[in-house]
Amino acid sequence: MADEPLVLGIETSCDETGVGIVRGTTLLADAIASSVDEHARFGGVVPEVASRAHLEAMVPTIDRALKEAGVSARDLDGIAVTAGPGLAGALLVGVSAAKAYAYALGKPLYGVNHLASHICVDQLEHGALPEPTMALLVSGGHSSLLLSTDITSDVRPMGATIDDAAGEAFDKIARVLNLGFPGGPVIDRYAKEGDPSAIAFPRGLTGPRDPAYDFSFSGLKTAVARWIEAKRAAGEEVPVRDVAASFQEAVVDVLTRKAVRACKDQGVDHLMIGGGVAANSRLRALALERCEAAGIRLRVPRPKLCTDNGAMVAALGAEMVARNRAASDWDLSADSSLPVTDPHVPGRGPAHEHSHDHVHEVSKENLYS
Amino acid sequence: MLLLALDTATPAVTVALHDGTSAIAASSQVDARRHGELLLPAVDRVLAEAGLELDAVTGIVVGVGPGPYTGLRVGLMTADTFGLVLGVPVHGLCTLDALAYAADIEGPFVAATDARRKEVYWARYADPRTRVSDPAVDRPGDLDLGGLPAVGAGALLYPDTFPDARAPEHVSAAALASLAAEKLAAGQELEAPRPLYLRRPDAQVPKNYKVVTPK
Ligand SMILES: [Zn+2]
Repeated sequence: MADEPLVLGIETSCDETGVGIVRGTTLLADAIASSVDEHARFGGVVPEVASRAHLEAMVPTIDRALKEAGVSARDLDGIAVTAGPGLAGALLVGVSAAKAYAYALGKPLYGVNHLASHICVDQLEHGALPEPTMALLVSGGHSSLLLSTDITSDVRPMGATIDDAAGEAFDKIARVLNLGFPGGPVIDRYAKEGDPSAIAFPRGLTGPRDPAYDFSFSGLKTAVARWIEAKRAAGEEVPVRDVAASFQEAVVDVLTRKAVRACKDQGVDHLMIGGGVAANSRLRALALERCEAAGIRLRVPRPKLCTDNGAMVAALGAEMVARNRAASDWDLSADSSLPVTDPHVPGRGPAHEHSHDHVHEVSKENLYS
Repeated sequence: MLLLALDTATPAVTVALHDGTSAIAASSQVDARRHGELLLPAVDRVLAEAGLELDAVTGIVVGVGPGPYTGLRVGLMTADTFGLVLGVPVHGLCTLDALAYAADIEGPFVAATDARRKEVYWARYADPRTRVSDPAVDRPGDLDLGGLPAVGAGALLYPDTFPDARAPEHVSAAALASLAAEKLAAGQELEAPRPLYLRRPDAQVPKNYKVVTPK
């Protein structure tokens, strides 16, 4: 529909320079420039390398997105940008670009939350988000269970990793196995030919007294590394496929078990999974199996929308415009630790109070019946 | 002609509008940690002071450093993006050149800014318009400048190396704009708006395990 908000979104929280354009819940463009190859030899994302690459890639990526969408910048209804959380220096490049772009075009600016964007992107794939939505976000930077009644104003943390992100564990184990960086896709590939029950790796935080929705992958990471090192010390060959499969199973078992449990406990009948690790084939398969058994509808966007991109930021920006949320001020800052409970960074103008009223109003609804 | 000049390569967040003859509005704030927050409001303020809108700008000039990276990129990214929307040329100028241009010194001197980590960014000048060495980053203790006069916060910070340190302490976008306007009027080509980092990114290559697994 032509009267839905046309929004351009900019994402630079990590190593992808993403510029997306959406009209309401329709994806028009998803342009990405990645510096992942420059990080590969370091075995992880190097913040300064990422920031330098964002500066170089930004203008060409904006151009590419506009061409792909076939729209004119003058017709945009707003510019959205990831204000946080993420790498401080990397975020700052995107925020600087978005501010200058919005200012020069005379359009409102929306600084939005990266995690809320990961949830909102599913609107581009499966239509409007059900309210409430349970979301499992898993990537190299985050592992969280979130419950949202309104993606523009109310995102509640149910649980999160207490140490490493799930994706970090994949990178670390891939490194120990000499499989390169990033670890997710390559572990997935090897695991397909391995036996997931070959080695009983620990399931973190799954004891009866452990927090029900929090995750821990540090112990698993250490257990797998020790197991491999013991094999090597004994002069035995490391069964890479079985290790990959058993490690991956331990991760996705815990993730899906806790996500399904959160849905059941909270009476939410569907689950969305986002973030880079959502591309993992075993996670998708096991989540589907367990959701079906529990009568829960699973929503997972296509892999390209699960990893960091500009379209997810545009999707949340469009929702901000559609729901009349306050725009951000020109002194919007990049906030590397923006709390997940802040879906956006509203300005301090009069519209701000209005949007807060709405938050309180929504929060009173009983989700837990 | 209406030039918008920006520089965020040093702790100064500085913006000016220049009509080809002189700076008609300017703003400078010194805050090393808030470049990202301060720059756009400063642009807005400077335009308001001149009673103009951004689309009146016919060219942009931005300080390309050298400077600590995070702040430096704020000015460059802002300039690039303005250029994209306005369709006007974006020029780069060495931040040390703008600092030197504002110096009230006839003969040879040095311009130096704080590079943090106990280092300075610096270059030699024959006069305020003529740089005679490439911008460099060094420990002050490793430099022997024979007591030449010097300008900039980098010089003021290290009196042992720069015994004759003078004003200006900070770069101003008004000086940046005036220098750019002078060069453009003389038909000189300005630099591309690309950052002068002068340092390679800090990056630790993780220790690798011995390869036991053939790919
Ligand atoms: Zn992400």
